[in-house]
Parts: sequence; structure tokens; C-alpha cells
Amino acid sequence: MTATTAPARPSTPAKIAPTRRHRNGKRPRTITDWVLLVAAVVVAVLIAFPFILILINSFKSPQDYAATGPLQLPTQLYFDGIVRFWERVDFPQKLWNSIFISGVVSVLAVLVSVLNAFAIGIGRVRARTSIIVLFLLANLLPQEALLYPLYYMFKQVGLYDNVWSVIIIFTVIQSAFGTYLLSSVFGTFPKEVLEAAALDGAGRWKTLWRVIVPISRPTLSVLLIFFFIWTWNEFLIPLTFLVSNDNQTVPVAISVLQGDRLMDVTTTSASALLGLIPTLVFFLIFQRTLTRGITAGAVK
Amino acid sequence: MATSVPFVRPAKRPAKAALTPDEPLIPSRGGRGRGAYWLYLLPGFVLLTVIVLIPLGWNVYLSFTEWRGIKPPEFIGLDNWIELFGDAAFWASFRNSIAMIIAMVIVPTLLGLLLAALLFDLIGRKFGGRLASFLRATYYLPQILPVAVAGIVIGWILRPGDDGALNQILESIGLGALAHNWLGSPDTALASIMMVMVWVQIGYPIVIFMAALQRVDPELYEAAELDGANWLQRFRSITVSIIRPEIYVVALTCTIAALKVFGPIYVLTGGGPGTSTLVPAYYAYSEFFQSQQVGYGATIATALTVIIAIVAIAFIRAQLRGEEKERAGL
Repeated sequence: MTATTAPARPSTPAKIAPTRRHRNGKRPRTITDWVLLVAAVVVAVLIAFPFILILINSFKSPQDYAATGPLQLPTQLYFDGIVRFWERVDFPQKLWNSIFISGVVSVLAVLVSVLNAFAIGIGRVRARTSIIVLFLLANLLPQEALLYPLYYMFKQVGLYDNVWSVIIIFTVIQSAFGTYLLSSVFGTFPKEVLEAAALDGAGRWKTLWRVIVPISRPTLSVLLIFFFIWTWNEFLIPLTFLVSNDNQTVPVAISVLQGDRLMDVTTTSASALLGLIPTLVFFLIFQRTLTRGITAGAVK
Repeated sequence: MATSVPFVRPAKRPAKAALTPDEPLIPSRGGRGRGAYWLYLLPGFVLLTVIVLIPLGWNVYLSFTEWRGIKPPEFIGLDNWIELFGDAAFWASFRNSIAMIIAMVIVPTLLGLLLAALLFDLIGRKFGGRLASFLRATYYLPQILPVAVAGIVIGWILRPGDDGALNQILESIGLGALAHNWLGSPDTALASIMMVMVWVQIGYPIVIFMAALQRVDPELYEAAELDGANWLQRFRSITVSIIRPEIYVVALTCTIAALKVFGPIYVLTGGGPGTSTLVPAYYAYSEFFQSQQVGYGATIATALTVIIAIVAIAFIRAQLRGEEKERAGL
């Protein structure tokens, strides 16, 4: 590894700019910089706009909405839409179903991915390219191509309308992506580290859990978060397999209620808000992990 | 293959300098060879077989049958496939898939590269990392939105008449003449869906690319800057070349997602009006559950699977070639 620190830069440039020098700023900002910053902020506002609309209109009464439209702030805060939706769908139950399914899937899928990638990336088993393609196929397939046969199989074994059917299916689908990604990350794993572990007498099993997994933890965390969010947002298979009210996930419960008489515009907005909050909270908690990067496991 | 080389215990490191790319990265000890690694693949393989391979084979079989879901499937040979090739709706659905690739792969990858470089290279360095993180999180927001919820929100914004938020906004800024039934008219339905998909998709490449950019050695940039390379040259020869693996991953996963897009179509347009937003995945679904033509639905799903497999294999081959070239260059 070469020197890790960049050459020290004088913190106060000779030219004195009229603007306050930012403590993070290493160099002066030009007009172009400001223009580009404004452009980036405008893009962010455009992207956030639908979320702002949800937020504004979830706390409006239907009369208020009819009178002032979607863009005005509510004249007074109105919680009935949220409360009505909450009670109608038994929201805590749906929340628990979603958390349970997504949580179990993300842990199991990372586990299976690690085992697969260990054999493919580190063990370099024969025909590994074909194996990677095979796993990738599982993740890439349109779920419609599996839907009918899976429906029959799970009915036969009595797991239809059971959260475990969805957990098993998504563990396989997500771990297939994990295998593809981790295999290439493990494939570039620093050989010296593994050789040192072998010289210290560590077997394969021990090397995997004591050396490879800890070093790859940033990548594994990112996978875990992606798996959680992807599973949470899945729609077609939960919609088909979890038919009874008690087993539904948040997105399914919300979509099932569309077209219901109860759902006026502001209640619809409230339902979107409630559907959004859990993933938003989860994302905000783990935001920092994501920044560390999906390929960060490959240390230099 | 490398196993034919008699393998002596690696006594000292230098002896291993000529490690071929086919040998395990962990030097093998004792008598256990590479075969033991297969044990690690066992759970993954069993699950894969039960959940994917068997249902997939079953689905392919169904494409040669006539089945309305009640009586046992009846074998009809290639009839479904012949019908498929003459089916105008099927071809229309694939034309719309191309539009989805533009909206979900090409635009987000290019835009994502630019925005990620902008956040990392300019805003992160000159305006503070915190602002860059905040903007990145904002770009990523639509990605965490469940597709059903996104459909509800977008459907409401694009609602026809004065009820829709977009039409109201147009009115309030004096562009009322532009108000439109965005999802209900054949001329704007596909374009509206494409806009929605860009919105949904853009955060994914940005997060992946920004993570990858952390591998870039800042000294490389400074050296290039001293050599007089402008931003575009640095972007092309450093940024893009270093994060190329991630560009492959993003392009592959997004292309596949574009080919099998289902949720947004299901909640927003149901493929209409006419076939203007019909996509293969939704077409298969509607044959399964609305027309009860399970055999024909299975045929569409199988055709889609074949196309996706071809695209995926092409991508992986390109990626492997790139990696090999890189290794040879080192």
C-alpha cells in the first residue's frame, strides 16, 4: 500500500476570498461549482416532490382537500385518515408480518450467499462460471415463470397462505443475487490473508467465519439491507401466496384496500405514508452502512 | 485443469507465485482437495432445485399444454408457440420492453454516473460530505418505496382532469392547456410510465457508484489534475474505468428488471390503453389469472425467461472477458 494521506494542502490559500472559507472546503468554489450544486439540489427536489405531496395531504380532511387542492398546506392537522386506515387494516399486524418475513429472508439469504460464494470465489470449484450463471438465473427469472408450479407445490405441503412459503422462496431468489455478487468479491480476496490464516493452522470452516466474513462485513451488511428492502417491497408472490388477512404484508394490505369505499384521497395518501415510513426508518438507520460500499470487502 | 499438477505442500510462499487462476485461494493442506468445497454449495443447490429448477421445468412443460386450471393439462404440442409468434400483442409488449430498458437502464446509468461523480468529486469535496450524503439519500428515496405505494401516489398525481396533482400544478402556473389524461391516453401513457421508472430507478446506480468511487485513490485525481487533465478526461479515464465492474452489475440487474417489470404496470395502467403499456410479464400474468389460459401464459413466461437468460449470459461473458483482460494487464 502506498502512502494513505494526500499531500498536505495549505489550509489558507494565499488569495483571500470574500466568502467565509468552509472548514471542509479544501479549495475555493467557483461559480460553476455553485451552478452544479443548484442543479443537484433541483434534481433532489424533483425526486422528493411526490413524497412532499404525500406528507402534506395525509394530514388533511377531505373537505380541506376539496377546497384547496393537493398543493396547499393543511389548514389544520387532521389525523382521522391515518387513524381510520390504521384500524381498518390492523396495521401493527401487517407491520410485524413484513418485518418478520424481510428480516428472516435477509439473514438466511446472506448466510446461503456466503456459503455459495465461499465455494465459488475462494474454493474455485470446477465449472464455477456455469454455476454462477445458474444461480443468477434464479434471481433473474420472471417470477411468473415459477408462480403456478410453486402455488401447487406449496398447497401440497400445506404451506400455502403461510409466511414461510414466502420466506423460503425469497431466500432462494435473494441469495442467488448474493452468490453472484459475493463470488466476484471473494474472488479478489487478498491471497496473503488467506495464506497467513492457513499457516496459522486455520481450516476452511474457521477461515471462512473468522477471516473472510469479518473482513467482508461491509459488503455483507449492504447485501443484508438490500435483501431486506427488496423483500419488503415484493408484491406479486406475497399477493398470490398470502391470501388471508392475518398473513398479509404492508404493501399487499395497502393495495388490496384500493378501490374500497373508505379510501378517499386523503386516506389514500395516509395509507401511502404508513406504507412508506417503515422502510424509510430502516433506511435512515442503516444509511451509513450503505455508503461503505458493496465491494468494500475487497481490501487493498 | 490445475488439479492435474501434482500438488506439493506449499512449504514457502515464493513457491506459490505461479498460482493458476483455477486453484483455491486457500492453500490446501493434507489430503483434502478442492472437492470438499462442494459441501458448501449443497444447501444452496438443494434450495435452488426445489424452488427454481423444478418449477421452471414444469412451467416449460405447461407451455406445450392447454390448461384452464381445472381439468388436467392437455398436451397440444407446439400450438401455443405458433400462436405466440403471430400474436401482435406479444410483439407490442416487447417493443414496450425496449422503452423500459431506455427508462430503467440507459437513462439511470448515465445520469447515475454523472450524479455520483458530481456528488463524490465536487459536492463531497467542496461543500462537505454531509451535504453529499443527504443528496444521495434523497435520490435513493423512491427505491425504498414499495411498488404498490408508488403506484398509488403516482396514479393520484397523474389522475385525469382537475383532480390530479400534476394537472392542478400546470393550471396554477398558467399552463392549463397542457393538462392531460396522462395514463389514460395512448400517446402519453408509455412516456408517463417511463418517467416514473426513471424516478424509481435513479437512486440505485447512484448508491452503488458512490460506494465504488471510494476505491478511487484521491492521489490519482490529483496527479491527473497536475498533468492538466480536465474534469471530463478525469471522469472518463479514472472514474469510469475504476468502477467498471459496478457499471456491469448495474447494467445487468437493471436490464433484467426492465425486461420483467410488472408491479408499476399492474398498479398504474394494467397494460392499457389498448396494448400501449403492455409488457411481457403483465401479459403472462393476465393470461394466467384473467383469461385462465394457463398454458398460453406459461408460453409467454417461458419466452421471456429465454430472452432474459440470453441477455444475462451475454452480459456475464462480457464481464468475464473484461476481468481477464484486466488480470492479464496486471
